[in-house]
Amino acid sequence: MTTTTNPPDFSGGPSPRGSILGNAVRRFEDPKILRGEAVYFDDLSPTGLAHLVFVRSTIAHARVTNIDTREAETMPGVVAVYTHENIGLKPNVSFAMLPDGFARPPLANGTVRFVGDMVAAVVAETRAQAVDAAEMVIVDYDPLPVVVDPEAALADGAPILFPDLATNVAIEFNFAEADPELMAEAEVVVSGRFVNQRVAPVPMEPNGIVVEFDKEKNLSLTVPTQAPFGVRDPVAKEFGLDPEKVRVRAPAVGGGFGAKSGCYVEYLVAISAARQLARPIKWTETRSENMLSMYHGRGQIQYVDMGLKRDGTITAVKVHVICEAGAYPSVGAFLPFLTRTMAQGVYEIPKVEFTSVSAATNTTPTAAYRGAGRPEATAFLERIIDMAADELEIDPVEIRRRNFIAPEKFPLTTVTGANYDVGDFNKALTEACRISGYEELRADQRSRRERGDTVELGIGVSTYVEITAGGQFQEFGAVKIQSDGTVEARVGTSSHGQGHATAFAMIVAELLGVAMEDVRVVQSDTALVPRGSGTSGSRSLQIGGSAIYNASVEVLEKAKVLAAHLLEANPDDIVLHDNARVGVSGVPASALSWADLAAAAHDPTRRPAEWTDDEGLMSELDFNQGDATYPFGAHVAVVEVDTETGRVNLLRHIAVDDCGRVLNPLLVSGQQHGGVGQGAAQALYEGVSYDSDGNPLTGNLMDYAIPSAAEFPSFEVSNTETPTPLNPLGAKGIGESGTIGSTPAIQNAVVDALSAMGISHIDMPLLSLRVWQTIQDTRAK
Amino acid sequence: MIPASFEYIRVDSTEQVIAGLAEYGDEAKILAGGMSLIPLMKLRLATPTVLLDAGRLDDLSYISDKGDYLALGALTRHRDLETSDLLAKECAVLRGVAAEVGDNQVRHRGTIGGSVAHGDPASDLPAVLVALEAEFVVEGPSGSRTLASANFFKGFLETELSETEMLTEIRVPKTGATNWSYHKFNRRAQDWAIVGALAFRAQDSSRVALVNMGSVPIRATAVEQALASGASHAEAADQAAVGTEAPEDSNASSAYREHLSRVLVKRALDEALV
Repeated sequence: MTTTTNPPDFSGGPSPRGSILGNAVRRFEDPKILRGEAVYFDDLSPTGLAHLVFVRSTIAHARVTNIDTREAETMPGVVAVYTHENIGLKPNVSFAMLPDGFARPPLANGTVRFVGDMVAAVVAETRAQAVDAAEMVIVDYDPLPVVVDPEAALADGAPILFPDLATNVAIEFNFAEADPELMAEAEVVVSGRFVNQRVAPVPMEPNGIVVEFDKEKNLSLTVPTQAPFGVRDPVAKEFGLDPEKVRVRAPAVGGGFGAKSGCYVEYLVAISAARQLARPIKWTETRSENMLSMYHGRGQIQYVDMGLKRDGTITAVKVHVICEAGAYPSVGAFLPFLTRTMAQGVYEIPKVEFTSVSAATNTTPTAAYRGAGRPEATAFLERIIDMAADELEIDPVEIRRRNFIAPEKFPLTTVTGANYDVGDFNKALTEACRISGYEELRADQRSRRERGDTVELGIGVSTYVEITAGGQFQEFGAVKIQSDGTVEARVGTSSHGQGHATAFAMIVAELLGVAMEDVRVVQSDTALVPRGSGTSGSRSLQIGGSAIYNASVEVLEKAKVLAAHLLEANPDDIVLHDNARVGVSGVPASALSWADLAAAAHDPTRRPAEWTDDEGLMSELDFNQGDATYPFGAHVAVVEVDTETGRVNLLRHIAVDDCGRVLNPLLVSGQQHGGVGQGAAQALYEGVSYDSDGNPLTGNLMDYAIPSAAEFPSFEVSNTETPTPLNPLGAKGIGESGTIGSTPAIQNAVVDALSAMGISHIDMPLLSLRVWQTIQDTRAK
Repeated sequence: MIPASFEYIRVDSTEQVIAGLAEYGDEAKILAGGMSLIPLMKLRLATPTVLLDAGRLDDLSYISDKGDYLALGALTRHRDLETSDLLAKECAVLRGVAAEVGDNQVRHRGTIGGSVAHGDPASDLPAVLVALEAEFVVEGPSGSRTLASANFFKGFLETELSETEMLTEIRVPKTGATNWSYHKFNRRAQDWAIVGALAFRAQDSSRVALVNMGSVPIRATAVEQALASGASHAEAADQAAVGTEAPEDSNASSAYREHLSRVLVKRALDEALV
């Protein structure tokens, strides 16, 4: 029931041998990365390369009355200066569900709408020359009224970003008429207003692109992306090219967290410039530029009411979300839909009413960020249920248990339409309580209070369920035996730090008996992989891995047919022997190696007559899971709050995450540690902020406080394993669980520490100033 | 970020620095570790056209015992302060505070002279030097002069140094202080202090200083006087914010800084002056 280090039972797995699956195999990828040998896009310097630098708006909202590029054009090394007039690009619609009126001109066409909006692009022989020349582009701005706050953007008389639309509303979700009887069964209603603040993704490697042309003068792009086809197809469409003639590669990529999923307009500008100049171009973002240009995450204001019986039974939840979409609404504007989908969470809630409105503001646009709409749902549920627990004087663990959806109810469809596959929420919570020593922590908290300690202990609980592989249920996978007996596995997902080459090699090695070192995983190149949705939404192992799994099974089946033919045996008698040879059961000596089989498969005189094509020993397929999976878990955070200074110290964080069957515990715990760190960062440190004129106040890593290892304890991560029936691996996603479970647990812990003072909520990030101010305000009441 | 173009000159002697400053005036900046200057240049908030790199002036990197005072070369790295046996014996407070500067990488690059000459009130070392009543030896075209630390810091990033002068040595009187406490309150371990409070006991007096409570490093004289007249730690700490002009930023309001200064001074006093 708890963490297992034993090889799990992979049903469908063939092996009488000890299985490699379930073992903590070290990542193949790491030695190269650690030695600095991995190649990132910025390492490329093709012959004839020119460098592109953007001139970005320093004003949040203004009419651009003049752009004077004359001086810049005369600067040393300058090749060209582009503005809207000569870049030759149409306004860009980045997300299909949005009105066309929100389309973004890649270079500003008369109006800038956020600090960082692009006005011009300078191309020069060196990057330094381009930076110097960009400073000499003189832009005249005629300031317009600015709106930063999404609620203000929706108020009457608010400055309108796109006057033709006459509204800042990007998307509204309202699925049903308001139910006047929604709270009829409730004996108590608790209410809260929660700000799930805007955060910056801050991948270690910023954004950029290298644009080249192959011998046939076709476009060849190297981009730090999570989804090469997600760049290729919009590029082909924009420039009217055959997608097959556009190659997109993602080399080593230094993190993405969702923000590297899309086709940034910066790419289009660089490509257009390269095409006009007929030479390779590189754009590499600086960190300060990244803080302005890479789409931000989260950004919701949530009004939440929860109705309950006095015994703690939830009767209904009502939620209204106001979402920050930023200046050019994109996928971020849509994410409240996913918040709605998960609005019932782990609880039996008979009635859920959810409405949302996403507003354009004079800020950086928002998009998917590690969890993408689901963390926001867990955040408000876990906050409001703690407020209910406080109100009803029920222990936070107990009130959750009274409302969990029972394990025997699965599979089920929630009132918001999520098809939960399998779950056992109390199993994870019980385990998290056991590991944390929940009762002892409560005793410590009481004794501190009794002796009047100014440093309070806070214990925060959160339980969650989330969606992984949502929306994109299908993925390409192919497995082929090479002439030397090694294996090539191709897959449409695109690792950018996760360790897929290791995970997928484990699957092939398990099924075909080859050494992991003899499996070459090919990904992230549209010329080598025919299709794929890339890596996002915690989908890659369960969808891409299952595609590799099924392709490996097919290859083994083909190999058995071939071996039976060659050995003149019955195919039913053919097995994969421990020595990685395929032959008759009980006769390993006469069995054939994978190299033998690969050669025979290409030899018309040796292979079965009905094998007319010469594709060799290979399988190419698309695995379709048909639906999403729903991982779940429970986190317990333990904090100290210094009530004299407001400082929060995270003492412990316990994460019990159930991502179904665990293939490689090392990769899973890596995702857990990183996710918990990122979630803790939102709770305690990070938050993008602007002044009322729309100037970013967190434009670099001095002001935008991403924490380091020095700020955290070592997280206590473990797993329960509840396999999903939806894929052969039994696996669900793990990439985003950490940020979903940890943030509310830590926020709840801080509030719990101060609850005896009468504090019931503090918004994130829980900076010492804010905590101290709340204590002061509460004491003054 | 890419700095504006500048000329880089590696100097081999103090004389060359002085000559360079005489030649280029306010166009030139001395690079003495660069932990503050380089970020400013990358953001193009500082655009010197000449950088005089003093980083290899090894003869300005020393910690020596001069009898009644310690002499520290201006190019002494924080890491050398942090690990100095002499400081451990004679000035543990300076050694201890040096260990709180930035992170490991910063402490291996940054120098005490660079930190002092930069004049940032959020820096850790200037405050401890003011409390130690250190003196600063300055070389210029017309020779050298010695300035009292109490009068050296004039305002935010502003000191008594003229544009043709170079700080060469810091002289720290031996105070005999062994008990000391520095409470650096910040968001992250590597960050500047939101407020820092330093307390130690010299032979004849209690010394208290504050970091980031005004435009210059501050000696908390009201606290010191209260202690001298027999006030308790709590009573004395209540005086911490007297005469300060605490800045306001996204980390702290002025009122919060004032509050922190009282809390942190109380803690430092309790810890150092037992």
